[in-house]
Amino acid sequence: MMALMAERGSKRWQGPLRVLALLPIITPPFVVGLGLILLFGRAGVVNQLLESWFGIAPTRWFYGLPGIVIAQWFAFTPIAFMILRGVVQGVAPSLEEAAQMLRADRRRTFFTVTLPLLKPGLANAFLVGFIESLADFGNPIVLGGQYSVLSTEVFFAIVGAQFDQGRAAALAWVLTLFALAVFAAQRAVLGKQNYTTVSGKGDAGVPMVLPDGVRRTIQGVALPWIAFTVVVYLFAFAGGFVKTWGRDYSLTLDHFRAAFSLEWGQFGLVWVGTAWNSLWTTLKLAALSAPMTAGVGLLIAWLLARNAFRGQGLFEFAALLAFAIPGTVLGVSYILAFNVPPLELTGTGLVIVLCFMFRNLPVGVRAGTAAFKQLDRSLDEASVMLRASTLQTLRHVVLPLLRPALIAALVYSFVRSMTTVSAVIFLVTAENELATTYIIGRVGNGDYGVALAYCTALMVLMSAAIALIQWLVGERKLGRRSARVELSASKVV
Amino acid sequence: MGIEFRNVSKRYGLASDSPLAVDSISFRIEQGTLTTILGPSGCGKTTTLRMIAGLESPSSGAIIMAGRDVTTLGPSERNVSMMFQSYALFPHMSVLQNVSYGLRMSGVKNADAAARAKDALSNVGLVGYDDRLPSELSGGQQQRVALARALVLEPAVLLFDEPLSNLDARLRREMREEIRALQQRLHLTVAYVTHDQSEALAVSDQIIVMHQGHIAQQGAPQEIYERPQNEFVAGFIGDAMLFSGEAGADGWVSLGPLRFMPRQSHKAGPVKVAVRPEAWLIERDGSGLAGHLEKAAYLGSYFEYTFRTMLGDVFVVSHDLTDVLEPGVMVTLGLADHGVSVVAAD
Repeated sequence: MMALMAERGSKRWQGPLRVLALLPIITPPFVVGLGLILLFGRAGVVNQLLESWFGIAPTRWFYGLPGIVIAQWFAFTPIAFMILRGVVQGVAPSLEEAAQMLRADRRRTFFTVTLPLLKPGLANAFLVGFIESLADFGNPIVLGGQYSVLSTEVFFAIVGAQFDQGRAAALAWVLTLFALAVFAAQRAVLGKQNYTTVSGKGDAGVPMVLPDGVRRTIQGVALPWIAFTVVVYLFAFAGGFVKTWGRDYSLTLDHFRAAFSLEWGQFGLVWVGTAWNSLWTTLKLAALSAPMTAGVGLLIAWLLARNAFRGQGLFEFAALLAFAIPGTVLGVSYILAFNVPPLELTGTGLVIVLCFMFRNLPVGVRAGTAAFKQLDRSLDEASVMLRASTLQTLRHVVLPLLRPALIAALVYSFVRSMTTVSAVIFLVTAENELATTYIIGRVGNGDYGVALAYCTALMVLMSAAIALIQWLVGERKLGRRSARVELSASKVV
Repeated sequence: MGIEFRNVSKRYGLASDSPLAVDSISFRIEQGTLTTILGPSGCGKTTTLRMIAGLESPSSGAIIMAGRDVTTLGPSERNVSMMFQSYALFPHMSVLQNVSYGLRMSGVKNADAAARAKDALSNVGLVGYDDRLPSELSGGQQQRVALARALVLEPAVLLFDEPLSNLDARLRREMREEIRALQQRLHLTVAYVTHDQSEALAVSDQIIVMHQGHIAQQGAPQEIYERPQNEFVAGFIGDAMLFSGEAGADGWVSLGPLRFMPRQSHKAGPVKVAVRPEAWLIERDGSGLAGHLEKAAYLGSYFEYTFRTMLGDVFVVSHDLTDVLEPGVMVTLGLADHGVSVVAAD
C-alpha cells in the first residue's frame, strides 16, 4: 500500500513517505522493541496513562506474542515497501490505459490489471517478510518474555548453560525446512506467467491515478501507520535525552556526552567518548560489505533470470539458503568453519565482512529477480547484437534500468550490516567491537540512556548514508511521462 | 557474405525428446540478396532468424557464413545486425545514444560515434531528434531509429524480425520500399521474417515458406506464387482456395464441371486444385460452374464476391467495375489461364 501511495499518489507525500517508511530498517532491531516497551511496557507511557485515566493496572501484556508481532510488522514492512516500489514503477502504464479503454473504470482496472501485475513483487515481498520473521532474533530477545521462538532457542542452546550444539543444529534444520517450504510455495504460485512490462518500446502511457476508494483505503491505512511509526521513534529518541525513564523525566545531554564527547588533545582530535571505537569499526566493515553484497546479489539475480543452465534450481536454492539460516546459527558456523587453519579468520574484520555479505545476499538477489522479471529480454539481446560484451550490456543497459533494485540492495546491505546483532554476537572481539553489540552491552548494564542515545546517533547517521546512496545512484530513467509534464520533458515518473 | 544452413534443427527444451521448433532445414541465402522467411505463427521462422543472428544455437546441423562455420559463434563474432519486432530501443537512452551504442561498445570514440550516428539517422530520414527519448517518438520514428542503430555498424548481414507489423498500411508500404532500396543500394545480405505475404512478394529476391518447422518451398516470388508445390503453399500464398479435383489419365484435371490442362502433369488420381481469387472468370450466362452470389464488398478498385457453388463457397476478386453484380444473382464461373495450380492431395 505504501508503495502505491509513494508512486501513484499526490506529489507531496512522496518525499516524506520514502524517508519515513525506511526508518524501521535503519534501526538496530531492539530499538523498535525498546521504543515499544517505552510505550507499552510495564512502566511505559500508555500503560501509565491507562492507569491514571481508567485505573487499569499496568500488566506485562505487551511481552510475548503481541509484542513480537507488532515489532516485526514494523521492522519488515519497509523492506516490502522497497521491493514493491520498484515493481509498481515497472507496471506499464499502457496496460492500465488499455484496460480503461476496454470499459473498465479505475477501480476495476486497479483490481484486475494493476494488482495482478504486482504479483511477483507481492510474492517476493511476502517471502522476504516471512523468512525475516522466521529468523528474527533482536525483537524476540527483547520482547519475547516467556514466548520462545526458534531463533532465540538456538541462541540459548549455544550461549546458555546447555552448550548443546546438537540441539542448536536440530533447531536450525527445522527453520531451514520451513523456509524451503515457503520458497516452493512461492514458485508454485508465481508459475511461468510473463510479467514483462519494461520493454524496448518507450511506453508513452501515463500511469493511472489511483481509484478513489482505493486511495482512501490506502491513505487510511498507510498514514496512521506512518504516524504511529513516528511516535515510536520519537519515544526512542526521547529515551536518550531523559535521565531515567519511568522515574526521572528531566532532560539531559549526559548520555550523549558519555558516548560521543570529543576533545582537542596534543595531536589533534581525541575521540574520548566510549562509543567511537565501535562506531568506526562498524561503519568501515559495513561500507566494505555493502557494495560487494549488492554487486554479487544482482549478478546472481542476472545469472538466474537471463541464463538457463544446469543446476539452476540448486543455485537459486543456495542463494536463498542464506536467508533461512538464523543469524545465530550463521555466527556459530562461521566460528567453527574459520577457526582452523588454513582459513583462520576468527577475530579478524574479514570474517565479519564475510558474514555480512552472506547474510544480506538474498535480498539483493530477490530484489534483482523481481526487477528482472519485468525487464524485456529483447533489450539484452539488442545490446548483444550491437557488439556489446556481456559486461558492457550489464553496465550500460541492465544496471541503469535496475536502479531501484540496486538501491534496495545497497541500502539494505549497508543498513543491515550496521544493525545486525544475532550473527555477529559471536564474532566480535575487543579489537573489533560493533555498534550493536556495544549497545546490547549497555542495555545489559541497565544503561538505557546511553544505549538509546547511541541508537539515535546511529539512526541519524544512517539516514544520511541512505540519502547519499539515493543521490549517487539516482532514479531509474524509464522515459515515462507523468500526468502534468509536457511531452518534451523527460523526467521519470 | 552468403549464409547457408545445413540440416539445422532446434529443440525447444533441453531434453532429447522435446518438440522440434525447426526440423532439419537447409537453405542458402546468396550474398547481396533479400530473402524472406514467410509463414504463419509458430512455423519456426523467428527461431530460424535467431539462429542466423546467433542468439540461439542449433541443436544439430551447421550454419555457414561467408564460407566460415559460425555454428558455435556468438552474435558479436558474426558480422550480423538485427532489427527486433519490438524495436528494443533502450528506454533510458536518447535517440543518439541508442544509435551510437554499437559503435561505443566496439571502442569507437564518443565524438566519432556521435558523428556516424547522426549520419545514419539522416540516412533514415530522422534529423533533429537526437536528444529525444524513445517514449517520445511515434511508432514509425522508433522504427527508423532501430533501423539506423542496426545500419550504423555497417554489417554484412542484416536481419529483420517482422519490422512492419506495428505500422499502419501506408507507412508499411513506404518503409518496405525504403528497406528494399537500402538493401539494394548497400548490397546488403538481408534475412527478413514476416507473416505478411504481400510484403514478402514485394521485396524479396527469394522466399522461404516455412510450415511447422519445415521448409514448405523456397524460390523466387513468381515461382512461389504461380507454382506452389504442395497444399500448404498453395493455400497460404495469395489466399487461394483449395478444392478437391480429379486428374485424369489424359492429363486433364476436372474440377466440378470444369476441365483444364495444368502446367505440370500429374498422375491420375485425386488432386487438390488451388484457385486464386482473381483467377475466376464471371459470366452471366455461360457454361461452367454455377454460382449464387451471397456476399459482395466494394473495395474501391475491385469487388470481393462470395459465391455458393457445388464445390462450396468460392471467394472471387473481380476488377470489373462496370458490370456490378447484386447479391442473389446466378452466374457461371470459369477458370482463367493464370492463378490456378494443382498440387498432389496430401
